[in-house]
Amino acid sequence: MKKRYLVPFFYILFLLLPIYWLVAMSFKTTNEILGGFSLFPQQFTLENYREIFTDPTWYWGYINSILYVSINTVLSVAVALPAAYAFSRYRFLGDKHLFFWLLTNRMAPAAVFALPFFQLYSAVGLFDTHIAVALAHCLFNIPLAVWILEGFMGGVPKELDETAYVDGYSFSKFFAKIFLPTIKAGVGVTAFFCFMFSWVELLLAKTLTAVEAKPIAAVMTRTASSAGYELGLLAAAGTLTIIPGAIVIYFVRNYIAKGFALGRV
Amino acid sequence: MRTQNNKAWFLVLPVLLLVAFNGLIPIMTVVNYSVQETFGNNLFFWEGLGWFEQILRSDRFHAALGRQFLFTGMILAIEVPLGIAIALSMPKSGFWVPVCLVTMALPMLIPWNVVGSMWNIFTLPDIGLLGYFLNHTLGITYDMTQNPVAAWATVIVMDVWHWTSLVVLLSYAGLIAIPDAYYQAAKIDGANGWKVFRYIQLPKMKTVLTIAILLRFMDSFNIYTEPFTLTGGGPGNSTTLLSIDLVKIALGQFDLGPAAAMSLIYFAITLLVSWVFYTLMTKDDVK
Repeated sequence: MKKRYLVPFFYILFLLLPIYWLVAMSFKTTNEILGGFSLFPQQFTLENYREIFTDPTWYWGYINSILYVSINTVLSVAVALPAAYAFSRYRFLGDKHLFFWLLTNRMAPAAVFALPFFQLYSAVGLFDTHIAVALAHCLFNIPLAVWILEGFMGGVPKELDETAYVDGYSFSKFFAKIFLPTIKAGVGVTAFFCFMFSWVELLLAKTLTAVEAKPIAAVMTRTASSAGYELGLLAAAGTLTIIPGAIVIYFVRNYIAKGFALGRV
Repeated sequence: MRTQNNKAWFLVLPVLLLVAFNGLIPIMTVVNYSVQETFGNNLFFWEGLGWFEQILRSDRFHAALGRQFLFTGMILAIEVPLGIAIALSMPKSGFWVPVCLVTMALPMLIPWNVVGSMWNIFTLPDIGLLGYFLNHTLGITYDMTQNPVAAWATVIVMDVWHWTSLVVLLSYAGLIAIPDAYYQAAKIDGANGWKVFRYIQLPKMKTVLTIAILLRFMDSFNIYTEPFTLTGGGPGNSTTLLSIDLVKIALGQFDLGPAAAMSLIYFAITLLVSWVFYTLMTKDDVK
């Protein structure tokens, strides 16, 4: 092994330690956790996981989160695709200002928007729905999606478009049949980022939901305050929140590095 | 070369409508609050720019802003060089590449409040892995809830843990895009490691690093959930960053006017600094 590989090795070790601690705790009883320090679970238990998978408040938390994250990812990528195409291929009135304005929305602290968002979505009758959270997360995901996709599309030579139009393709047919397959790595990376930022955001998701669409992260904070401090259960719930992300990253693992480099972003 | 075509607006329209709905309406609501005083019952009185003046003069705001800049400055100073160093020492191809990338991306995929709670239990003095190790194995007195320095160190280490991978992934993407011919040319010219880094790798990573620095700036400047779950802003006010203070004022004390004015000042600072970063880093790009 080359000596320089020690750097990523120790970095990954550092990343995995807190995760290991979380996973290890999820297999302990709360009594064991509070009773003292142990590197490995002494009385290995699956009780924490059993409770999550049998209690509807818990598992609906996961379903709710996955629902709004999926809606948001599909929506963000779908509307960002034509917009990114426009930015990468055409000059039009106010394009530069529009692009910068889009990016400024990525800079707004979610804390600033919590209360106005609550009022806005209550006013339009979407409060406590999956759609509300999915739409709200568009605020930071669409600008990011446009930004990443525009980079990928800029890497595709314009001759491709022109040849297709000469061959008699309509815009929509060209876009679906030729252009999309060309940038599919970019779409994958973009979807991954949208999924990620929507999955990890809590402040807005919590503000916009009460019962019906309550995300898993909010269920966790509620449990932390009401049912005493059930550390084992919380650790199990936390461990389960890592899994969807891990699955998604597994699918884009080959694109993620190559993908970014392909686009000039 | 891009062609002039104003019909392209139709392609942008869906994005425009969605972002405007989520961005413009709430920000106008905030502007509306920021110039009014309310005593509840939906009664509002015109306040003019009074709140802005009050916020800009208040010591509390200055202190929170100072902590925020200190935090973001430290984050950028640690994560950017560290991320580049890790990306440089990663293997370029083979079985270990996807393994590295997937494990490194893991922390970024954990919900932010889980990150906070996770570090909280990780650092508990008697039952957390890190806390136990520091206190009982190394014999250093470490208690985040008592000692402001320990709290700061924990918040910083947590963020380094959480987000350095973003810099790594982006830098790595920039690195593997460099054609081998560049390195061969450098070898023929007898360039040493530092020169290869300075004149080949760094310039080639410039665009991805611009994105990395901008994203890290915006996100660390707006950070709320993780430090709040970890320390609750304490001990005392020592880790009360700007957004934590903002939420305290807006939802804790329900002072809508001052909170709105503070939001707008906050937003303006973020915009200004991002713009300066962006202009500085792209100024010698060939247009």
